[in-house]
Amino acid sequence: MTDTQKPVTDITTDYDIFAPDFINNPYPRYTEIRESKCPIAHTERYEGSWLPTRYDDVVAIAQEYETFTSRQILVMPPANGRSEGPYAAVGAPPITSDPPDHHWHRRLILPVFAPQAVAQYEPGTRDLCNALIDEFIDKGVADAASDYAQHIPVRVISKMLGVPLTMEDEFTDWVRGALENITDSERRMKSFRSIVEYFIGEVQSRAANPREDDFITQLMNTEVEGKKVPIEYVLGVCNLMLVAGIDTTWSAIGSCMWHMAQHPEHRKQLREHPDLWPTAVEELLRVYAPVTMARIVDHDIEFQGCPMKAGDRVLMAFPAANRDPRQFENPDEVILDRQNNRHVAFGSGIHRCAGSNLARLELRVALQTWLERIPEFELIDPSSVTWAGGQVHGPRKCMVKF
Amino acid sequence: MKVLLDYDSCHGHQMCAIAAPEVFGSDEIGNAKVLITGEIPAALHIKVRRAESNCPERAITIIE
Repeated sequence: MTDTQKPVTDITTDYDIFAPDFINNPYPRYTEIRESKCPIAHTERYEGSWLPTRYDDVVAIAQEYETFTSRQILVMPPANGRSEGPYAAVGAPPITSDPPDHHWHRRLILPVFAPQAVAQYEPGTRDLCNALIDEFIDKGVADAASDYAQHIPVRVISKMLGVPLTMEDEFTDWVRGALENITDSERRMKSFRSIVEYFIGEVQSRAANPREDDFITQLMNTEVEGKKVPIEYVLGVCNLMLVAGIDTTWSAIGSCMWHMAQHPEHRKQLREHPDLWPTAVEELLRVYAPVTMARIVDHDIEFQGCPMKAGDRVLMAFPAANRDPRQFENPDEVILDRQNNRHVAFGSGIHRCAGSNLARLELRVALQTWLERIPEFELIDPSSVTWAGGQVHGPRKCMVKF
Repeated sequence: MKVLLDYDSCHGHQMCAIAAPEVFGSDEIGNAKVLITGEIPAALHIKVRRAESNCPERAITIIE
């Protein structure tokens, strides 16, 4: 039997984040672990990992970057062949970087993701949301995940990267191969190679014909300490933009659409009090945080009574931390005007999601545009909603009628 | 009321700027910037308290 087929005996010593019940609705599992005598669970599945579920533990691990390193950041061991061949040195900086390189890896990309810089994408994002809605508004039914949410971040990121929108289907497929189907090592490796090879082509075309106001050209021309940045860095950042910028935000938008379809009182509240949008977006991010990231333990350490060994994988379940009752009152409830909300949907510490301001903008504009055009809608059949889980949690099919 | 920002702890979540945009902004790389370094007007105190209680890095201190 493979790791995905064995029944789970004790969730604190044998959890399986790819079990169907964990993928579809991980929150009861997180609660079970969090409130047990073992709030940092362990499993031998998938070469072993630890799973902290309390807010304070997840945040402490995110902060201690020297002990909990970013040598690997996925919830599964690397795909077979990932550390060999010509692309072995291409990561996804700065997510996959540790200090001291992390500093310049991150410093170079932060300015393009500052709130004042991403604001320029708001009108285009609104236009593309409207164009998607135009496609189905007369039908009275739509898949809020695959007809709407799925198309938004990939188009925004393509525009940001200066690559053709016609690549949308390929990008979506590669990103799903890299993040969603990660128990399939061969598909992961193929997706990674496709991403790198695509961007090698884009880099070569810009080397021959540099472009004005172009993200990839600017990256290629960036110098650090008098030397142009290595090609692996340029390809790595492009890889990051796809892998970290598409599936994650689309999952968050999808989960929020799923929520809104079932909560007319929240739709009404936002319609009557549009000033609530900023806190509402943060609250939805708290409750529907899509991403779990991993860390690799640098040296043997006892952490909260757990004997962690050098090389162990630790899963930072931000969705679990965000629902810890020790940190949040009524944590499973969506309170759109929640006042105290130190959520960690975007992580904590030096690896705070670099694209968080863009993700927030896309989420807000996607929800606002839908709610303006389609104020009343509901799920057609709650049991037919399908989910992705593990690294990134969000709906993949979510039929609604209006 | 005055605010102190620990620039070393700030990692640019921008949750202070969302809670109190009159008092906190963004620098070139998206980290927090204090816009009112002196006395904070009373009308903004509620927002500033929310900025403090929403910072995931606990980088904001309120002095009263």
